[in-house]
Parts: sequence; structure tokens; C-alpha cells
Amino acid sequence: MQINVKIKRYNPEADARPYWAEYKLEARGSDRVLDVINHLKWEVDGTLAFRRSCAHGICGSDAMLINGVNRLACKVLVKDLGERITIEPIRGLPVLKDLIVDMEPFFDSYKAVLPFFINDDPPPPGERYQSAEDRAVFDETTKCILCAACTTSCPVFWTNGRYLGPAAIVNAHRFIFDSRDQGAAERLGVLNQANGLWRCRTAYNCTEACPRDIPITRAIEEVKRALLWRGA
Amino acid sequence: MARAAAPRTFSDAKATYQTNSELAWWVFMRVSGFLLVFLTFGHLWANNMAFNAGEIDFDYVASRLAQPSVKVYDSFLLLFALLHGVNGLRYSIEDYIQRPQRRVAAKVALFTVAGIVFVLGVMALWTFSFTEMGDAVRALEP
Repeated sequence: MQINVKIKRYNPEADARPYWAEYKLEARGSDRVLDVINHLKWEVDGTLAFRRSCAHGICGSDAMLINGVNRLACKVLVKDLGERITIEPIRGLPVLKDLIVDMEPFFDSYKAVLPFFINDDPPPPGERYQSAEDRAVFDETTKCILCAACTTSCPVFWTNGRYLGPAAIVNAHRFIFDSRDQGAAERLGVLNQANGLWRCRTAYNCTEACPRDIPITRAIEEVKRALLWRGA
Repeated sequence: MARAAAPRTFSDAKATYQTNSELAWWVFMRVSGFLLVFLTFGHLWANNMAFNAGEIDFDYVASRLAQPSVKVYDSFLLLFALLHGVNGLRYSIEDYIQRPQRRVAAKVALFTVAGIVFVLGVMALWTFSFTEMGDAVRALEP
């Protein structure tokens, strides 16, 4: 089928401001958007810039705003979008070139919640045992691939880039609710700050955007309740 | 890594964290939202179900508002609805106004207006003499 692809392009060394470039090309319904932009880059215009790595929805490199929704270019098929496809960089982060944004502010927020296992007890001889029930509590939030689709779909993050954002809270949730972890108090302390957890207005954009189907808004509410009742 | 002992209760949690009032406001929004459901539907029931809304006149309103229980009920309705709404507006101000001076100015203006509305509402409920006003209105009628 013939498709019409509109891409918001920007080269800071040449363009005063972003502009829309339009491409007409042949594609199959079973093609992914990533196949389409790969074709554009390899066959039509080699200057088109975007990130991609694994191309199988795991590495989280190719999140972009496709037809108004944050998605992974490697997980969405042309037949589900129709003949007109609009692609923009994810919002709220500075655009470096075309579809590539500066992810550093996103990773700064991620690092702020101490996204690593904390346990000062000497390691037991075997393993740190965890029951299946205890594991299930944070199972969903282990699925995050840090693609930033959630954080850059959040209206609070668009207006206030200092908000930690849903991805950081999801990754804090993954450790706060881990029965073997002991760092919950510091993480909750970080999240309790003015630009932390309480900026969440439960818009649910993050939950809709997540390519891994993590119930993000629910996870954020669970962390809010942890701050209220458990404290650790 | 040095760490304080993990708090186990709400009071421990409050003592441990560098608290700001956002946690308290979050709880308030949930509690007031829950109460407002009953207060609002109670209000609707009293004015539309228990009584035929088409027949409401000054005397009915005056007789209701003369009862202390209705005054207390309506005062709570005013307080929770106003604080719930004002806090929602405060959230928008915190999110969308970036410059600190402008943000403070917007919040001061909001709280001032809310305070005036609350005082006026409570004064109308508790100090207004519906009996005297009813007599005055009837005296004007031909």
C-alpha cells in the first residue's frame, strides 16, 4: 500500500526550528514503523536520525510519538495506523536531532531513586530467599525497559521537567516492594520531595503509553500509600 | 551505606522524612472527596427528593436554613467543597506557573478569594435572619 509519512525533523546546526518532512512510499501492512523509517534512512534520506537497537521491543531505544501516541516504533504495525503516519520525537526532553532527544534528564531522575538492590546484611550462603507471593508484589514494575514513553507522555512532566516522572517512580516501586531490599526509606524520602511523587495527578497517560503494559498509575498509587502507611 | 532505621508506622514516617504538606493534602483530597459524595447527594436528596423542587419557595428555604443542623451541614459542605476545589487549583498553579514570584502571587490571590468566599458563605448561613427577611419580602407583596 502507498503510505504518507510525516516526520518532524530538526537539525540544530542547519534549522532555525523544527519542520515537517513528508515522504510517500510503498509499505506492507505487516511492516513495523521501524521498518518504514529504516527504509527512509537507508534508501531515501540518510540524514534522518533516530535511535534503535534491538528492534524487538526490549531495549527501549525507539520510543517516539507516532500518530499522537507514545509507542515503540518496533512494536507498532503500519496496518494499525493507516495510510497517514505522523512521527515526532517524544515530548518534554530537548531534541538533539530529528527523533533523537537528550535522555540525560530522564536518567538523572532514574538515578535519583537509587534503582539498585540495597541490603547491608552479609549475603547468606545460598540465596536471598523470596517467596513467589513476595515476588508477585512487584512483578509488573520489573518489566520497565526505560524507553521514557511514560515520562514523556506525562502532562506534568511537559510543564515541569524537574518532576521525577513515572519511570523513576516505577523503578523505585520495583525495589521498595522487594522483600529483600532495605533501601525503601531513602527512596521514599527522595519521592516525598516537592518534585517527586506528589506531582502525579493521575492523568493515566503513562499507563496508556507503556509498551510493556505496566499498570503505572496503580504502581504510583501503591508508592503513595507506602509513604502514608508503611514508611518502608 | 549509612541509613536511619526503617520507619514502621505513620508517625515514624512523619518524623523520618523531610516532610512537606503534600502528603497531608493528598490524604485530605481523598477524605474530602469521599465525604463530598455523601454531603452532595444528601443535599440533592433534601432539595429534590424529600421535597418537590418545583414547590421550593422562600419560606421553605428560610425554614430549612433556620435549623442549626442544616447550618452545620451546609457549613461542612462549603468547607470541604471549597478546600477540595481550591487545592485542585493550587495543584494547577504549582504545575503550570514556573516563576517562583508569580507562583506565590497566584497562590496568595487564590487563598484570599477562597477565604473571602468562605467567610461570606459562613456569615450568610449563621448570621442572616431569614425570618426578618421573609417578613420584609411579604410586606412588599401586593
